[in-house]
Amino acid sequence: MADTSPTSPAHQAGRTGAGRYAACAAAVAALFVLALLLPPALRDLPPAAVVPLADWTGDALNWFAREASIAGLPVSGITRAVASAAQWPIEALQVLLADGWAKGAGFNRVQIAPPLSWAGITMAAALLAWRISGRGLGLLTLGAGLYLALFGLWTSAMTTLASVLLCVIAALAIGLGIGIRAYRTPSVEPAVRAVLNVMQTVPIFSYLLPTLLLFGYGPSAALFATVVYALPPMVHATVLALRAVPAETLELAKMSGCSRHQTLWKVELPVAVPRLAIGLNQVVMMTLNMVIIASMIGAGGLGYDVLRALRRLDFGAGFEAGMGIVVLAVVLDRLTQTAARNRAQGRTGLWTRRDSLLALALLAVPTAASLAVPALAAWPKALTLTTAPFWNGAVSVINTHFYDALEAVRASVLIHVMNPLRDGLAALPWLAGVLALALAGWRLGGARLAGLLAGLSLFVVLTGYWQAAMGSVYLTLLAVLLALAVGMPFGIWAAGRPGLRHGIDLVLDTLQTLPTLVYLLPAVMLFRNGDFSALIAIASYAIAPAVRYAMAGMQHVPSERLEAAAMAGCSKWQSFVHVRLPAALPTLLLGVNQTVMMALSMLVIAALVGTRELGQDVFTALSRGETGPGIVAGLCVACIALSVDAILKSGASRAARHQGETHV
Amino acid sequence: MSDLHHRPAPADRPVVLSARSVWKVFGEDEAAFRARPGPNRAPAALERDGLVGAVQEASFDIARGEVFVIMGLSGSGKSTLLRCLTRLIEPTEGEILYHGEDILKLPEKPLAELRRTRMGMVFQHFALLPNRTVLGNIAFPLEVQGMARAEAEARARALVEVVGLSGREDRMPSQLSGGQQQRVGIARSLATDPEFWFLDEPFSALDPLIRADLQAEVLRLQREHQRTAIFVTHDLDEAIRLADRIAIMESGRIVQIGTAEDLVTRPATDYVRRFVAKVPPAKVIRVASLMSAEVMPDAVETVPAASTIAAVAPRLVAGSGPLAVTDASGLPVGCLDRQTALRTLAEGV
Ligand SMILES: Nc1ncnc2c1ncn2[C@@H]1O[C@H](COP(=O)(O)OP(=O)(O)OP(=O)(O)O)[C@@H](O)[C@H]1O
Ligand SMILES: [Mg+2]
Repeated sequence: MADTSPTSPAHQAGRTGAGRYAACAAAVAALFVLALLLPPALRDLPPAAVVPLADWTGDALNWFAREASIAGLPVSGITRAVASAAQWPIEALQVLLADGWAKGAGFNRVQIAPPLSWAGITMAAALLAWRISGRGLGLLTLGAGLYLALFGLWTSAMTTLASVLLCVIAALAIGLGIGIRAYRTPSVEPAVRAVLNVMQTVPIFSYLLPTLLLFGYGPSAALFATVVYALPPMVHATVLALRAVPAETLELAKMSGCSRHQTLWKVELPVAVPRLAIGLNQVVMMTLNMVIIASMIGAGGLGYDVLRALRRLDFGAGFEAGMGIVVLAVVLDRLTQTAARNRAQGRTGLWTRRDSLLALALLAVPTAASLAVPALAAWPKALTLTTAPFWNGAVSVINTHFYDALEAVRASVLIHVMNPLRDGLAALPWLAGVLALALAGWRLGGARLAGLLAGLSLFVVLTGYWQAAMGSVYLTLLAVLLALAVGMPFGIWAAGRPGLRHGIDLVLDTLQTLPTLVYLLPAVMLFRNGDFSALIAIASYAIAPAVRYAMAGMQHVPSERLEAAAMAGCSKWQSFVHVRLPAALPTLLLGVNQTVMMALSMLVIAALVGTRELGQDVFTALSRGETGPGIVAGLCVACIALSVDAILKSGASRAARHQGETHV
Repeated sequence: MSDLHHRPAPADRPVVLSARSVWKVFGEDEAAFRARPGPNRAPAALERDGLVGAVQEASFDIARGEVFVIMGLSGSGKSTLLRCLTRLIEPTEGEILYHGEDILKLPEKPLAELRRTRMGMVFQHFALLPNRTVLGNIAFPLEVQGMARAEAEARARALVEVVGLSGREDRMPSQLSGGQQQRVGIARSLATDPEFWFLDEPFSALDPLIRADLQAEVLRLQREHQRTAIFVTHDLDEAIRLADRIAIMESGRIVQIGTAEDLVTRPATDYVRRFVAKVPPAKVIRVASLMSAEVMPDAVETVPAASTIAAVAPRLVAGSGPLAVTDASGLPVGCLDRQTALRTLAEGV
């Protein structure tokens, strides 16, 4: 067949035909047969051939952290100084929000000033929420504060909040700085964007390693990792917001004779504020997520409570702390989102001077009163509510009564689906994998894409992580399929019911604001540690984009096409198959892409419940403090993410060429 | 392009702004354009090399206090030419002279100073800063100049009055109608009392009624201070109403410069003729063009020489016999034959 000749790349492939797929399938089959005949070195890379990149990275970073010096100053000295400088604001906030000011320790401890009272903070926050949004958000904030206080989570929550505040301020300042620079110097911008794209696909734990090495275990290492992690969205938002300033407005600045400085501060930034505020919301949510994860390297707070509970298998306590994270996340999200929306709609003057005074009074009075009434400083332990026994009871009831049923599900899925796929992928020779990827790339996007995919997969092979990567692929693949199988049909169904839309959006928004750690809890409570729990947790985390994109794709089918179908006498099903589905295809493919990205970012968190794949390598490296393997395994996850992204994006853009625009 | 169709600036006033063979080409290889000899600059040659000649060899003088209108279809290069005059767009070649000094040679600082103190600009989409009130927007150029806050605010308040927005000082732009927003834009462009006033299709986003109001406003503000105004529009009625002279652009070239009367009575090309075909001659032809030089000392009825025929129409139909024509100071300069004038009035109706 002429069209399989090497000179007929991408666009010809669009003209489909059964022959084309048959040819592809034959090629893949041939690859596998070939693979069985391959010499062993081309099936499993012999250890001698592995490039010891992990060792090199580890050595280099170790050398850098311990022995290198910049301009005569040892790096270790600099990092120590920076870490202790960062310690200061952390402690100041900690004193203000959580611990109060005290002298001495143990029996000699004398409280000099109490921390801000939980009642005061809750009321002031509720006032703020009420003023900028309305009664609903005010009551929600009040409820959240009461939950945290009455369930004894207040101190942890304030520790978490203090870290979030600091990180957000730092990420905001640095992200704005980098974003402004990238915007103003077009030559810098592509490099910045490339780095950011990789940064956004590297799993969260990989950020913890270098900071751990440089700054040691403790809050300041967590702070640095979090700031670095939260930078990319802020930089992106800054560049986009500044680019969106209308050309006429820039001309106005020039015609008024503004200097560069004046243009930036008096024109560009103020005009960009509404869009920057949307970036701020993202930064806050990413920061919260990372601060929770960073409790592994000493950030403390609610994340630490969850981790400790997970380790002790005290699901009740874990669930309670997890709910604490949820309420904190929801309130922070709604507050920043409302603020952003107010900005965008030009609604100002909602918060007056009088409100500021009132808020100060609300903070000050309970705090002063807490000197006399200790319950206002810290809710007495004796009165703390807890539902932990209830949840623990529920779990044990489930385990005693439904153990057999749950176990049967788990076992049969493991035996019939998960294990065979895992073993099959593990048996796949690396050469066959690389060739298959390159072939797919060539079919979809020509030589460039083929080269990119071959390069990315060879990186994984040569660094010796091919086996582990196959483990990741297996888990991600299944989780994505599960998420799509549930999410997409639901989204398609919901798209036809406008009444449900608002409610579904709200649920999806909330799901997407929840820190990743929270998703592990229910899975572990029902199915204990292992791949099956990981699968459930990953799929439930990744389901939101599947639903969202399916809804969006279905809602934006051009109405003339539907009318044409109706006039042609199509049945509902025919119009779905022949009109709606093809038109929505590009958007659906983007949805698949997003689902894969979410699944990959959850993969590493799921390593906490004991999986065997790249995520586990990163996690193990973290707990052992092995920087090199942790970073390289993290980069391998990034390679998978970038490959999937490249494949699906070019697939989506090809589908879009045939069908029209994508809609998000 | 002959000089016949380029009416020079009025001789009784000093020339304050000139363009000399200004070119602006867009494209990859803009730099190499300068090396091209004349014949290689023909539109076809430019197009072959992937260049867009947005402004081609524009030359003209503008006198103090003139309203110079640049007109043409969409994409003919009006905005580009206007922006070359202020150097918002860097011309590829040519000279832009303000009082004889070429601003293309100015370094960044003096250029900014020139714009800050002597130029004002009104934008098509208003370009108001959404985070500032009406007052804050108008005071913005003064603030950039470094004027004390109280003084800037006082000046801005006075301007709010001038453009008829009293009582709305503290509104945000999003709380104003389009016409009101452009009033703010006008006030802002005049805050520094500029000598040169640039307006790029300031009213094309507005309703016809509001447009007429604002045109009158612009004329009043321009005459009061003898500002030199350069006004871009694609609306011929607007051009006729405002212009002392009109420059017609066609795909980057200025094909004719003249008064509205010149364009209608002596169109340079077919393009111009088609452009002005719908204009009733009486609306643009002035009494001075139709009068004979003999003076009638005893005539009772007089008409000013500068009026259009349409403007004196009521007096033409109300009586009989010739009318005396007077100049700006009221002295008789000639006489108008009623029949000739009525014939013009009947044309193009
Ligand atoms: N930055 C640019 N790069 C390339 N071509 C440009 C650029 N700006 C303008 N042009 C081209 O120059 C020509 C003149 O554009 P200009 O904006 O001056 O037209 P205009 O007469 O103001 O039109 P309009 O009435 O639509 O505003 C057009 O063909 C346009 O496509
Ligand atoms: Mg224009």
